[in-house]
Amino acid sequence: MTTSSRPDSYRVRVLTVSELKVETSPALERPPLVSGICFDVCAGETVCIVGESGSGKSVTSLAIMGLLPKGALEVTRGSILIDGEDVLSASETRLRQMRASKMAMVFQEPMTALNPVQRVGRQIEEVLRLHTSLTARHRRNRIMEMLEAVHLPDIERIYRAFPHELSGGQRQRIVIAMALILKPKVLIADEPTTALDVTTQKQILNLIRELQQSQQTAVVFITHDFGVVSEIADRIVVMNRGRVVETGTRDQILARPSEDYTRTLVSSVPSLVPRHRSDPAAHKVLEVVGLGKTYEKPQFFGRARAVAAAKDVNLTVARGEITGIVGESGSGKSTVARCIELLIEPSSGSVMLNGDDLTKVRARDLHSVRRRVQFVFQDPYRSLNPRRTVGDSVMEGLINYGMPRRDAFGQSAESLELVGLDRAVMSRYPHQFSGGQRQRICIARALVMKPELLIADEAVSALDVSVQAQVLTLIDDIRVRTGVSILFITHDLRVAAQICHKILVMRRGEVVEVGDAMTVLANPLHEYTRTLIEAAPGRDWDFQNFRPIHAPSATIN
Amino acid sequence: MAKYLFRRVLASVPVLFVVAFIVFALLRLSPGDPAMILAGDGATPAQLDAMRHSMGLDRGIIEQFVIWLSKVLRGDFGVSLITGLPMRDLVLDRLGPSFALCLSTITLAVVVAIPVGVVAAWRQGRALDRIIMSGSVMAFSVPVFIIGYVLILLLSRGLGWFPVQGYRPLSEGIGAFALHLTLPTLTMSAPFIAVISRIVRSSVIEVMGEDYIRTARSKGLSERGVLFKHALGNAAVPIATVVGLSIALLLGGAVVTESVFNIPGLGRLVLEAVLSRDFTAIQTLILLSSVTYVVINLAIDVLYSILDPRIRY
Repeated sequence: MTTSSRPDSYRVRVLTVSELKVETSPALERPPLVSGICFDVCAGETVCIVGESGSGKSVTSLAIMGLLPKGALEVTRGSILIDGEDVLSASETRLRQMRASKMAMVFQEPMTALNPVQRVGRQIEEVLRLHTSLTARHRRNRIMEMLEAVHLPDIERIYRAFPHELSGGQRQRIVIAMALILKPKVLIADEPTTALDVTTQKQILNLIRELQQSQQTAVVFITHDFGVVSEIADRIVVMNRGRVVETGTRDQILARPSEDYTRTLVSSVPSLVPRHRSDPAAHKVLEVVGLGKTYEKPQFFGRARAVAAAKDVNLTVARGEITGIVGESGSGKSTVARCIELLIEPSSGSVMLNGDDLTKVRARDLHSVRRRVQFVFQDPYRSLNPRRTVGDSVMEGLINYGMPRRDAFGQSAESLELVGLDRAVMSRYPHQFSGGQRQRICIARALVMKPELLIADEAVSALDVSVQAQVLTLIDDIRVRTGVSILFITHDLRVAAQICHKILVMRRGEVVEVGDAMTVLANPLHEYTRTLIEAAPGRDWDFQNFRPIHAPSATIN
Repeated sequence: MAKYLFRRVLASVPVLFVVAFIVFALLRLSPGDPAMILAGDGATPAQLDAMRHSMGLDRGIIEQFVIWLSKVLRGDFGVSLITGLPMRDLVLDRLGPSFALCLSTITLAVVVAIPVGVVAAWRQGRALDRIIMSGSVMAFSVPVFIIGYVLILLLSRGLGWFPVQGYRPLSEGIGAFALHLTLPTLTMSAPFIAVISRIVRSSVIEVMGEDYIRTARSKGLSERGVLFKHALGNAAVPIATVVGLSIALLLGGAVVTESVFNIPGLGRLVLEAVLSRDFTAIQTLILLSSVTYVVINLAIDVLYSILDPRIRY
């Protein structure tokens, strides 16, 4: 499982970054984006660069590729040696030759990393055309070998496919094939699995490891996820605000971090150990019975094709409790949430909110029902209107329901204080706040309506771990203080374990398992739940207590 | 693809039918009796009735529509109320000049606008970009007839390079044909160059910020390779839209340009028909330009699915 046992005598230093400093150009009155960055990577070694957003990890990786946006960012100091050759002093032509052949990159978003109007085979071929003089037939053979090496099925079809015809995992395999086809010395992987489901993530991590070992690639793996780090890193570089906080082997950083920042970061990783148990006697605020949503795709000729986004979903949320819906993309978890909020009309079943069936509500009564269910969305950067003050955004709901502005103002101020913000923020605009603060504003906006049910749809997924931990604490705190019931939708089992009393696991529109958080996570009955738990990265590490979890499979000494 | 094409063509039929009905109804419902116009002021009621009967105006409106439509489908658009000539011959006569002008204009517009737009995108925010974009605002906002007269003044009257007015068909030799077409083409393409180059610029800028452009650079592609192999293909859809719509607009007849340069095209025919209240002619011309629009739109939609494999209806 781990690679700490590789003999040191094999180590050839392939990438050396020293005293790297990147500044905006022309130099503005602001601190450099990164400065004093030093680290090195040996052949066959994985070095993880870990940091929260804005720590400069992506800037560092782009600098290694020589891909910093021209005219905007500039390396003003330091050197980046790949195989003894300095990237920073290389000519533009030499740099182009080095890309893909000496250093290659895999990006975060496989959905957009490929050119949508070109067949993927041709996109891989382009690398060979640029850097080799192989004939068409040899190129094709090499590509087919590579497609096999990244374990893609039906490679003849995939060679001719357009990106949109492939899944996210398959596209990431294509990007990896493209990056590694010339056997580069250094592979930079910038959050390559962040956009993928956990089960796919596990496969991609294994794939990178496998190819790395066969090609002896030096891998720089950029991530914010300590779970992933604990599984793949040989050494770790912790970055914060453009500087290296700490560098060390995996065990040093995860078990004996010397800096406070690293300690906070590591201990913020939510534990997979569930904390809450549901009270079966509690009053049920929400009861969803037999909920289904079928989309019909109209055909020009013949009958419409039906696609079930949710099938026979039953769930309850008790007063003052949090029920979690966990599932991968396409599992139907958001569909269920939207049906409950009546943003989309369910095809079947009923949604009982404190005894009232919301699906039977007539259109003109919908207005009064809306108030009782409130939403917090995933992306705090896009869910607040940038042209309205925070106060206006929070007050708007109350004013819509006929409250005088003066009263709405007072209640909004209280609501903002409840989420830990000062009432003075009401006159400011969303762009003046960080992601975590914005999500607090969104929570305040939902709470000010005094809802019977709060639906949080991936409400902490876009946040950095340390902020995520704070917002999770806040949500739980609010639940205790106000007694609001929460339906919490997430793809992240760790988050669900921290906050949920009850957990539903969904797959392809169906609930595969439901029960007490303790039971579902500790003794899963359904095979799919077990798969999900096993795929969760970093299961072998107890981050809060800075130590490995001693399971029979662990080989850490 | 064949199935998609068939479906799209089929879906255009009801649109064309509705267009035909509206065009037909528009003139029947408008005040004024065509028979009275044709018969003149001195006609007796009996003569008027006879006239109405021969024109089919005494039948029900639906019946009239069916008769009219079946004739139109056979290529019989009726007879011009003013000249008494068959509309079909009148239109065919004028088609040549308009078509030639449209083709030369759109070719020039595309050939100039795409590189200009790409260069502006390339130098975004720099001096060259600013110059190109200011030029485009001017080209778009100065009325076509002013551009036309200025060009005549400078290049025909002043330098004597081109004839002032008129049109020579291709059958009279390519030299004369081209000479007579140059100034109208330059005049008419100005606003289209302006619009198309703006669209090219903004779509290229947008595409250059996409993730797959970064991927292309990380493969070691040169900036020129990135632009031609990855950016332009993705910027093509909005460009195709605006080029297609320009063609449709041009085929409808260039009333102003044809008047300025005295070209006997469809635009002039439209003008003449409106001025002399030639209802049959107006009807025919509206119908033809609507059909052109529908057909061009169909062609654009089909082109989309070729340019972008993600688009399948």
